[in-house]
Amino acid sequence: MELNDLYRDVILDHNRRPRNFGALQPADASVEGFNPMCGDRLTVRLRLADETISDIRFEGQGCAISTASASLMTEAVKGKTRAQALKLFDRVHQLLTDDAAPDADELGKLAALSGVREYPARVKCASLCWHTLASALRSTHPQDLPAVSTE
Amino acid sequence: MNNMALVDRPTGFDVHALRREFPVLARTVRGKPLAYLDNGASAQRPLAVIDAVDDYERRHHANIHRGVHTLSQEATALYETARDRLVRFINARSRHEVIFVRGTTEAINLVAQSYARPLLGPGDEILITHLEHHANIVPWQMVCEQTGATLVVAPMDSRGEVHADAVAALMSPRTRLFACAHVSNALGTVLPIRRLIAAAKARGITTLIDGAQAVPHMHVDVQELGCDFYAFSGHKMFGPTGVGVLYGREQLLERMPPWQGGGEMILSVTFAKTTYNGLPNKFEAGTPNISGGIGLGAAADFLMGMDRGAAHAHETALLDHATAVLSRIPDLRIVGTAADKASLVSFAVAGVHPHDLGTILDEDGIAIRTGHHCAMPVMEFFNLPATARASFAFYNTFEEIDRLAAGVERALKLFA
Repeated sequence: MELNDLYRDVILDHNRRPRNFGALQPADASVEGFNPMCGDRLTVRLRLADETISDIRFEGQGCAISTASASLMTEAVKGKTRAQALKLFDRVHQLLTDDAAPDADELGKLAALSGVREYPARVKCASLCWHTLASALRSTHPQDLPAVSTE
Repeated sequence: MNNMALVDRPTGFDVHALRREFPVLARTVRGKPLAYLDNGASAQRPLAVIDAVDDYERRHHANIHRGVHTLSQEATALYETARDRLVRFINARSRHEVIFVRGTTEAINLVAQSYARPLLGPGDEILITHLEHHANIVPWQMVCEQTGATLVVAPMDSRGEVHADAVAALMSPRTRLFACAHVSNALGTVLPIRRLIAAAKARGITTLIDGAQAVPHMHVDVQELGCDFYAFSGHKMFGPTGVGVLYGREQLLERMPPWQGGGEMILSVTFAKTTYNGLPNKFEAGTPNISGGIGLGAAADFLMGMDRGAAHAHETALLDHATAVLSRIPDLRIVGTAADKASLVSFAVAGVHPHDLGTILDEDGIAIRTGHHCAMPVMEFFNLPATARASFAFYNTFEEIDRLAAGVERALKLFA
């Protein structure tokens, strides 16, 4: 496994210039994710129009994998329905943990995260934002949810 | 001519000979020679420790203190000999003052629950400092919750130094216990514990020193320090995990109730009344980590057999070298710049998160620690979520530090 496979250009680019980064006011859902192992902390805020994610932004601090994953995630789920986004969450989870990688077409740019699988200590960095998003989407009243922890 | 032997005595420190005592240092990681710079988290074991544990496991294992058969007697003798070695290692007055525990964390919890909890009440204060490891914060917070006492935190400055005057200013008639690190795990600061202990003693305040990061780096003499309690872990001083020592002044330990109940800590048990065993067994309920204790005794022997002055000089040279080469890297900031430091360097690199740095360095076979180092209040003080920490032992080399610096440069290039 080469380092370049973990830190692909897409990852480096999204770390350098995270998309949809910053506050979103007002938001229909706002959930904080925290990885106590490394101190990574991010907040995902989104707006829902009916069942569709009409806008999503994140802010916080984390490593390149965590930042790039969150940035890629916001791009990928904007405009998707709640159900579509949750399905994508399952696919990404599979991508990060299973040997049988899901279809690259389905993942689009998110396939850049596939290198993380070879670095078990870093899987949580990539998945934190997704768990945070799923928590927001799965609840009818997501603003009442407690913060998400990877532990 | 009379002084020639003294003058000519070799002062060189043969790090390569020493490295051969530590088998793991010869391995490769990801195809590169291992550069193990995470000694602050856990140090590696010399053959002396590995062999002592191996010999016990192969030839002598049985439960201790209770069998009349040969193996039990041999195991007991080995375990208690290990205790004797630790008595010498820290210059305790007697075997009654060396309690085997699981590690520093358990030692501090023992004092919190067995010494502090029965003593404290509302209005009383426990004094600690800002740079403590969570293990020297949380047990006191728990005791404060249980008793209504208050936790008071003495400040550190922007270099990560704790000043004895500032701490002493917070010692009051309400202060019942003062606990602090000997060496900061997150910053490397060596605290002025002689002055701190003297200030506490002058006011009748009981003292506990968290020595987890000190014993691997310097000779510790608890009688000379004059502290009431001193806690340390086996695995940070080249011994096994899951074993450590609580030193306590016998007078205090005698007065303390047992912490945990069970076998080993009793003299007699009826359903009406149990009579507790004497020191040190009173605090060692249950079958202990026998092989760990024996390994820790071997580690203490190993350290006592070394020229620790020369080892310390080598470590200081490593620290100076690391500070110099890392300081030359633009965008790198050393966190913790105390005048008196143990040989570790905590740092942050602008634009490179410590976890990414840790992964990139591992690719080069270099092991460092990244994260908050179980010292979140320290990270908050420096306004950092995490740092990278390279912590050295006497077996590290200048070349390993050069590789570290080159790795950091490589990471900077990748993220530029």
